Amino acid sequence: MARSIAFREALREAMNEEFRRDDRVFLMGEEVAEYNGAYKVSQGMLDEFGDKRVIDTPISELGFAAVAVGAAQNGLRPIVEFMTWNFAVLALDQILNTASKMLAMSGGQLSCPIVFRGPNGSAGQLGAQHSTAFESYYANIPGLKVVSPSNGYDAKGLLKQAIRYEEDPIIFMESEVMYGEKSEVPEEEYYIPIGKADVKKAGSDVTIVSFNKMMKVALGAASELEKEGVNAEVIDLRSIRPLDWMTILESVKKTNRLVIVEEQWPFASISSEIAYRIQKEGFDYLDAPIRRITAADAPLHYAPNLVALALPDVERTVKLVKEVMYMKK
Amino acid sequence: MATKFSKETYLYWYELMQLIRQFELKAEEKYKMEGKIRGFFHAYVGQEAIAAGCMTATKPEDAFITAYRDHGLALAKGISAKACMAELYGKATGCAKGKGGSMHFFGKEERFFGGHGIVGAQIGTGAGIAFAEKYKGTDAVCLTFFGDGAARQGMLHETFNLAMLWKLPVIFICENNNYAMGTSVERTSNVVDIYKLADAYEMPADSIDGMSAEAVHESIARAVKRAREGDGPTLIEIKTYRYKGHSISDPQKYRTKDEVDEYKQRDPIEQVLKSIFDNKFATQEEIDAINKRVEAQVEESVTFAEESPWPDDSEVLKDIYVDQNYPFIVD
Ligand SMILES: Cc1ncc(C[n+]2csc(CCOP(=O)(O)OP(=O)(O)O)c2C)c(N)n1
Ligand SMILES: [Mg+2]
Repeated sequence: MARSIAFREALREAMNEEFRRDDRVFLMGEEVAEYNGAYKVSQGMLDEFGDKRVIDTPISELGFAAVAVGAAQNGLRPIVEFMTWNFAVLALDQILNTASKMLAMSGGQLSCPIVFRGPNGSAGQLGAQHSTAFESYYANIPGLKVVSPSNGYDAKGLLKQAIRYEEDPIIFMESEVMYGEKSEVPEEEYYIPIGKADVKKAGSDVTIVSFNKMMKVALGAASELEKEGVNAEVIDLRSIRPLDWMTILESVKKTNRLVIVEEQWPFASISSEIAYRIQKEGFDYLDAPIRRITAADAPLHYAPNLVALALPDVERTVKLVKEVMYMKK
Repeated sequence: MATKFSKETYLYWYELMQLIRQFELKAEEKYKMEGKIRGFFHAYVGQEAIAAGCMTATKPEDAFITAYRDHGLALAKGISAKACMAELYGKATGCAKGKGGSMHFFGKEERFFGGHGIVGAQIGTGAGIAFAEKYKGTDAVCLTFFGDGAARQGMLHETFNLAMLWKLPVIFICENNNYAMGTSVERTSNVVDIYKLADAYEMPADSIDGMSAEAVHESIARAVKRAREGDGPTLIEIKTYRYKGHSISDPQKYRTKDEVDEYKQRDPIEQVLKSIFDNKFATQEEIDAINKRVEAQVEESVTFAEESPWPDDSEVLKDIYVDQNYPFIVD
């Protein structure tokens, strides 16, 4: 039986179920315990699991990430919540220089089964320092896997997978603006493998690829296009690294056109990587250049009009799709 | 009762503190009631005596740098209420052209170096501003403000060590309002007296009552003198309190209303007012006139913000590089 629950509840259920299964799993981060989470993802977890396993930290991102990385190397399975990924930059040293390289440096002796999670990207008028979308940063790092779901159902299955089955460090990216969104989630447990994209809408005329909250723009554009007789296929990457380019390629073989919608800055972004891969593997299938909409090549300003202009939207996505379809207007 | 401070000082304190408070109360109303201000908004209400005492203990050329709870210090440094309100509205006439918002007020002219959103980051940056003053051979200092929560960042320790090693003219001011979001100071460390963190670096330190503009002035003045004379940094822990939640969206379940009321009993503005009356520095009519002036200034700032234009669309790709010919990626 499926119920409709919020994204944050789906994440919480994933953690609760894995906490109950395995007492090596613990959660650490700012305001996760007594405050029940800055965005209420961990609500009630302190009550159920106690302060040995649901641990409030001071504002010391580098320090507590390091403690968690050390614990992961020594037999535990930590989940680190960053209040947002903007603040995880302070801990990047541990993620990049220790966690991601541990297995390689130790010649395969020491793995680092850890999940780093938290909200990512813009969330309205929060200004330059609270609005960066980091998928492309972490996707650049060998040794990490990067997950960025677009809805509660996927998020739950992917997070459970990350906590229970993944032996490598996982970067798990959520979004403040999605936490309240509802989705249908079954009562029964389920897992979703990391590294598999999902066709959220089948279509034949053009392929639109996106992830995380930009999936809304992609799907919104697809339904606008539908009205004009354009049948778009919409692919949700779900995991960024590894990148499921085969699913994109299969779609492009059918549609011959590809548009990518993402919130990253354009230089060396996820769309750059996809465009490279698809032109290499699918050159003969393409009837138009691969196009993309990214965030503007600039920090996000505060003013509402500048925010709107800097981020991908339905209107511009529709326009771009029409361009790759060589449609008039 | 004789006071160490002049009538002018008290009246200046009173007017500045009222301006900060009334400005923020008005802005909060515009946020909550009319939705004209968005994003995170962290009020300084309750902490105004810190701005007041720091201003009278420094010169205009001394720099200030702080975190996102920046409205009070920006106004104190002389950024106009109009430019501040317009910034909150996201208008082109704001003190950061509508690009910064509440957390990122800036005023280069006024020697106000921001408005920073990453907890603890400005501790190091402030030391760098002081480094430049020393390098240039001026006697200016940098007042570097941060919260009790920020005191738990590694940045503090690295910076304290560097600032002592190089005898930088920086005053580290920990505005200890007892909470970092919902986390009280006792829950963040074994060392709850934050001024003691200076000991590890043999840095002079002080712990003072932040509800008293007098106490703030005296302590800051001592530290400033030491810094100007080349004797390096001081850590000053200022015990203060924020009456409002961490930000507008904070339900404040981690503290009681009684606790908040207890601090309101020691309201810093009321204390200054009492001294003014006790010493017959002003009559009620004169205070009313100040209040009117402040009210007019705040009203004027709202009108200004409402009537100001939005930033031009072309601003999306402006102020990213000083280089005017930078080739942005535009797909
Ligand atoms: C590096 C970093 N981590 C977390 C946050 C989220 N955050 C913003 S303010 C804050 C609490 C800071 O408290 P404190 O330093 O005491 O300052 P106050 O808000 O009380 O003025 C937190 C955790 C952040 N902005 N930056
Ligand atoms: Mg505080």
